[in-house]
Amino acid sequence: MSKLADLDDGLLVVVKSDCETCRMVEPVLGVISTRTGIAIASQDDPSFPAGLTVMDDTDLELSWELQTETTPTLYRIEQGRVVESAAGWNREDWRRLTGIEGLGSGLPVSRPGCGSKIFEPGTFERLNHRPGSLRSRRVTVAPEVDPFEAMMSLGWSDGLPVVPPTEDRVQGMLGGTSRDAAETVCVMAPDLVECSVEKIAINAVMAGCKPEYLPVVLAGCEAVASDLFNIHGVAATTQFAAPVLIVNGPIRLELQMNSGINALGPGSRANATIGRAVNLVVRNLGGARPGGVDRSTLGSPAKWSLCFAEDEEGSPWEPLSVERGMPEGMSVVSAFAGHGPHEIVDQASREAESLASSFAAQLRSVGHPKLMGSLDALVVVVPEHARVFADSGWDKLRLRDELTDRLTFDADEVVRGAGGIAEGVPRVRLQPRMAKFRPDGLWFACAGGTAGMFSGIISGWTGGPRGSQMATVSIDNWK
Amino acid sequence: MELLDPTAESAPLARAGAPRLAAIEGVTVGLLDISKPRGDAFPDRLAELLVARNVTVRRYRKPTHARPAAADLRSQIANDCDAVVEALAD
Repeated sequence: MSKLADLDDGLLVVVKSDCETCRMVEPVLGVISTRTGIAIASQDDPSFPAGLTVMDDTDLELSWELQTETTPTLYRIEQGRVVESAAGWNREDWRRLTGIEGLGSGLPVSRPGCGSKIFEPGTFERLNHRPGSLRSRRVTVAPEVDPFEAMMSLGWSDGLPVVPPTEDRVQGMLGGTSRDAAETVCVMAPDLVECSVEKIAINAVMAGCKPEYLPVVLAGCEAVASDLFNIHGVAATTQFAAPVLIVNGPIRLELQMNSGINALGPGSRANATIGRAVNLVVRNLGGARPGGVDRSTLGSPAKWSLCFAEDEEGSPWEPLSVERGMPEGMSVVSAFAGHGPHEIVDQASREAESLASSFAAQLRSVGHPKLMGSLDALVVVVPEHARVFADSGWDKLRLRDELTDRLTFDADEVVRGAGGIAEGVPRVRLQPRMAKFRPDGLWFACAGGTAGMFSGIISGWTGGPRGSQMATVSIDNWK
Repeated sequence: MELLDPTAESAPLARAGAPRLAAIEGVTVGLLDISKPRGDAFPDRLAELLVARNVTVRRYRKPTHARPAAADLRSQIANDCDAVVEALAD
């Protein structure tokens, strides 16, 4: 329903009483009203201007239709359309639009107006999506019931409090993307549920996200739901794995994501809530609940959230996203099935050879020191370690090759029973030489504070086509 | 307070199971091995016991335990069998 279409041809002005320029032009509006007639719409107080007939636009529907940026704005309306307009007070413009000579002769030549109420924080997001456009089932919580407790009882939470997803908050969240609320983002296993932008936005609200995080959450869901990533297996496994998200590109800086001190820990709202939102989608939409389809023997804190940004500025190497085939400068999220971190403490190595041997010694323990070619790993290399490799002229390719050399073992060392340990490579799978990691099973990302020679291993899950493979998708696509 | 449902809204609180078989004599039972190590131990023993009770047994195997059974395999089992036993391992 258009309020604009209902207006008679002629002049219209949008004002608010809480605007100095509007109050200044109050006498002018009286003159126009007497001489030619004018429709006046008030954004905040229909008793202003006093003595004139004023339309109540406190719901801002007319202002939104007009996309009024400034009060006052004078419009000439013909057949329900704006044919001319003037923002703020400008004597010449107002005289031309009204055709009244000598209008406002006692006023300054011009004065800028004030900001329109439609752009106030929260209001814009609410107006940007029309009420009633959301399709999700409404769940009414009685006034005497604490909504936080109600959401726990409904099984919507990962165990921590969630933000109540009210219509206003969800509308606000949807302001973070240009995509339509009804659009399908992905099909999430294990229940194979079509996840709409709206449903994911609801979970993002609950996780504590800001609207500008939404494109990362949508991209994260797309990555996690991909056939490559295999969330069904990741969620259902008795092992530890969870979706670990690594963010590259300009959006890291726009969202103030943490790639520095405590990058894998708490403290950054973006890191914490983006990762949490994706896990809530897996739980609430995918249907993977601990004890249900999620059969993890011990679980992992990563199942709440493990999301961080790569320190591209501090890294001597190309970003993970570029290594994954995405263009430089594109905002990208990669999903890796893993958990952790497990530390590599080496404060003594100043040569790449020595440090690589430390990395290899710790990486051998991923899963089990005698298991080969099954579990993947992502190494988060800290600045003081990255510098050692860079000073020796090693790029990521060299590091991977050197680690592969150090992590390839003779069969008799890793076969089941060797070293008095029953676990190991079964004889049917045994090759003369066994590599710890598959060719695309070992990844690197740079992050961490500038002090401390403590890199982190994010241990993976069953890799390759039989398990989970890293999935990398564009975030820009979901803005 | 009115909240928007974050779930799929599709899952009823309790899902009704398929109708129970009145008797097992003469029926066809599928045994699905999920291909975990020793995942065949339980279905092997079950097959012996079922055959002794005049049950036709059909054996199935997922290619990998780490992924859901493919749609083809699921529909093959549904078409061929009156009941199915999926054998987990570990």
